[in-house]
Amino acid sequence: MSTTTDVNLPAPNPPGAPRVSLGQRLQGLGGNARQYGIFGALVVIVLLFQVLTDGKLLLPNNVAALFQQNAYVMILAIGMVMVIVAGHIDLSVGSVVAFVGGVVAMTMRDFDLPWVVAILIGLALGALVGAWQGFWVAYVGIPAFIVTLAGMLVFRGLALVVVGETIAGLPAAFIRISKGSLPNFLGFLDNMDVVTLLIGGLAVAAIALTQVRARRALRKHDLHVEAVGLFFTKIAMVALGIGVLTVILSLSAGGTPIVLVIVGVLVVAYSFLMGRTVFGRHIYAIGGNRAAAALSGVNTRKVDFWIFVNIGLLAGVAAIVTTARAGAAIAAAGNNFELDAIAACFIGGAAVTGGIGRISGAIVGALIMGVLNMGLSILSVDPSWQMAIKGMVLLLAVAFDLLNKRRAGTQ
Amino acid sequence: MDTEHILEMRGITKTFPGVKALSDVTLAVRRGEIHAICGENGAGKSTLMKVLSGIYPHGTYDGEIVLDGEVQEFRGIRDSERQGVVIIHQELALSPYLSIAENIFLGNERAARGVVDWNRTNSEAARLLDRVGLAERPDTRVSDIGVGKQQLVEIAKALSKEVRLLILDEPTAALNDEDSAHLLGLIEGLRAEGITSIIISHKLNEIESIADTTTIIRDGETIESLDMRGDVRVTEERIIRGMVGRPLDHRFPEHTPDIGEEVLRIEDWTVHHPVDQARKVVDGASLTVRRGEIVGLAGLMGAGRTELAMSVFGRSYGTRISGRLFRDGVEVTAATVQDAIRHGIAYATEDRKRFGLNLIDTVQHNISAASLDKLSRAGVVDREQESGIAEQFRKDLNIRTPTITALVGKLSGGNQQKVVLAKWLYADPDVLILDEPTRGIDVGAKYEIYTIINKLADAGKGVLVISSELPELLGVCDRIYALSQGRVTGEVARADATQEHLMHFMTMDKDGIAR
Repeated sequence: MSTTTDVNLPAPNPPGAPRVSLGQRLQGLGGNARQYGIFGALVVIVLLFQVLTDGKLLLPNNVAALFQQNAYVMILAIGMVMVIVAGHIDLSVGSVVAFVGGVVAMTMRDFDLPWVVAILIGLALGALVGAWQGFWVAYVGIPAFIVTLAGMLVFRGLALVVVGETIAGLPAAFIRISKGSLPNFLGFLDNMDVVTLLIGGLAVAAIALTQVRARRALRKHDLHVEAVGLFFTKIAMVALGIGVLTVILSLSAGGTPIVLVIVGVLVVAYSFLMGRTVFGRHIYAIGGNRAAAALSGVNTRKVDFWIFVNIGLLAGVAAIVTTARAGAAIAAAGNNFELDAIAACFIGGAAVTGGIGRISGAIVGALIMGVLNMGLSILSVDPSWQMAIKGMVLLLAVAFDLLNKRRAGTQ
Repeated sequence: MDTEHILEMRGITKTFPGVKALSDVTLAVRRGEIHAICGENGAGKSTLMKVLSGIYPHGTYDGEIVLDGEVQEFRGIRDSERQGVVIIHQELALSPYLSIAENIFLGNERAARGVVDWNRTNSEAARLLDRVGLAERPDTRVSDIGVGKQQLVEIAKALSKEVRLLILDEPTAALNDEDSAHLLGLIEGLRAEGITSIIISHKLNEIESIADTTTIIRDGETIESLDMRGDVRVTEERIIRGMVGRPLDHRFPEHTPDIGEEVLRIEDWTVHHPVDQARKVVDGASLTVRRGEIVGLAGLMGAGRTELAMSVFGRSYGTRISGRLFRDGVEVTAATVQDAIRHGIAYATEDRKRFGLNLIDTVQHNISAASLDKLSRAGVVDREQESGIAEQFRKDLNIRTPTITALVGKLSGGNQQKVVLAKWLYADPDVLILDEPTRGIDVGAKYEIYTIINKLADAGKGVLVISSELPELLGVCDRIYALSQGRVTGEVARADATQEHLMHFMTMDKDGIAR
């Protein structure tokens, strides 16, 4: 293979497009194959349930409800995937959601504080809880499994203390966060909410633009880029997906759910954080090889600490969304949320040993779980069976991933 | 039946992918003797013992093992132990939270129908402990006793298996003088009971005193077997000559140094072992490196080379570190790796897979790993600049990878090593410590790495090279320090340096030098 590059033949390719063998192309794809795989699995599951439910799954109101019901998993999965990539785990987020939700509800009902202030208090409290756990993990060196197992008990207990059973009667504006949609101030186009269409259009444009710019940057440095055809097919597929989703949502009762906007902003922000910032790099470096990261000058304790502060903060966001959705703080809220978030990460391709995992993967993992939930509910499958089926999906997804890797390794 | 020899290994050849570790090695061990095996690091001693004990099973090597006149085909360590061949590794293989008695009978439990007979276990263990002269209760946890006593537990464990041929790999490397003396006495006692021992050791004075025969291995070949009890006294110098007597060839690029001011100096540097805190791993070492100079650090396994380097590099190794560190003549402290990097010190590890690289990340990300501050603004990495630099290093160092976005784990050893070097070159330090920079890589890649080292020196950096290969140090370095048992035992300019000369310092007993 390398001998051919030494021969001085007239370049059959246009300048600026270095000749890359087919093998190398497939290899380049290999890094992303797993990523495409999860997207594919999501599409297959959606289509499967669309058929099984006689088209009920993708009814506009169901799609809107899908996001409203699963926003908490996606929000927690964002924080969880960072924790998992760094080689830790957080078992406490469900309890933290209940605890922070209780405090947020209490500040509104008992202290009559405006809902905006209550939200800020909730976020700060979440971050504080994260700092507490981060301290034990990073600076005392207790394994995260144990610290957050303790946290699971501690914060569930505190939630019971704060909430009692329920704190109801929350302001309507607060509840709108989870139940409301963006205001329709641009009217309708053929029964479609124009605000939703506009957001969908902007999203497609933004994705296409950043992809083209990234490609141009690679070309400028004579770096390997994927084939033009593949590149545009990829963008077209993404545009198609977002387009379909946009149209469906625009036909729903409210248009774009507010939580979808929250999740969308978090996904973009955290993808940037993980992919483009020094902090994100340090997380991957620590998860991939902690000793090598430390010997490269990464302050591993500091990174560990802030990862936990961050997931605490996101647990605060999830607490707000969950409390708003229930319309009340409930002491038992957030039960098993940690397991949902962890499952989403692993279905989404995160490695148990750390170092591998992406925000987008975790979100898709959460959506796969959400679609399963909704599809099985529409089919009136017993909740006990739903749980068993979700468990099997988690197991098989990770088994499939492992077999794939093993096969790749032996090649 | 051959009654003179308990063991004969004939024509043993063992290859690993790309490397011939043993080539037609012959070893004949007489019944009831203490047989020493000597050789440099990487000469093939441990590989030979792994072949003998079945760790490398029959079929993975060529040649034959004859024990008491019978050809043996060990498929695993259980097979060899059944024949009374027991190996005690340098890193002890005891389970720290089990008792001494449990460890002695681990895998060989004193039990009836699956139920352990504790009385029998403890009484038999007590008898074995008595035999090795260890005054501890059998139910003491192994983690509660020192390394020297643990070594004795290993021997008791071997005795419980009715050992005929005991193999000890560097048994005294981690022991203090008193424990060493006791252990050597015990081995001599076992000889009196008829147990044959093979002992691998770098401590030539010990070999001189207890061995009956010494076999020297060099570059995977048997060089000679010396009768230590013959009419001619075999001296340490004689053994050294056998260990190193290999011609130097032209495997090194020409280089004329341009040496400037002192760039790094350490004085009276002492480091204690992180677990066994009473033990000094580095003991009052002092050395200097000047700009444009390539300084070598020679030493055998356990001499404290890596420990010295890592403790200087932001105290990455050891506890109770004392001594003074000077950069450009100014005393500095480097308590963390970040400090060390800020002071312009870099350390490229000997174990790139464990400590040097993130194998599941890309070439590009590994190259930038130590310099993200330089590549970022407000915490955001400039990916364009990053890939540009990675691409530049790929071309300059000739890193053979399909793209800079390929995973480092997929590259060959030599190319991985170049990625490690690129990481530290980009960090642009004034002092670069390279620990075994050519370990496990092929000859062609070695030459390229020597060229890079020369370029670094020409750029005015101070380079400290740690290597187990003496020809490499002699071929690359301008000046070489020898380390033995944590102490700097010698300093040799390139012009005066020979392998024999260095080996003399490297095997010097620490009491042999005045402080």
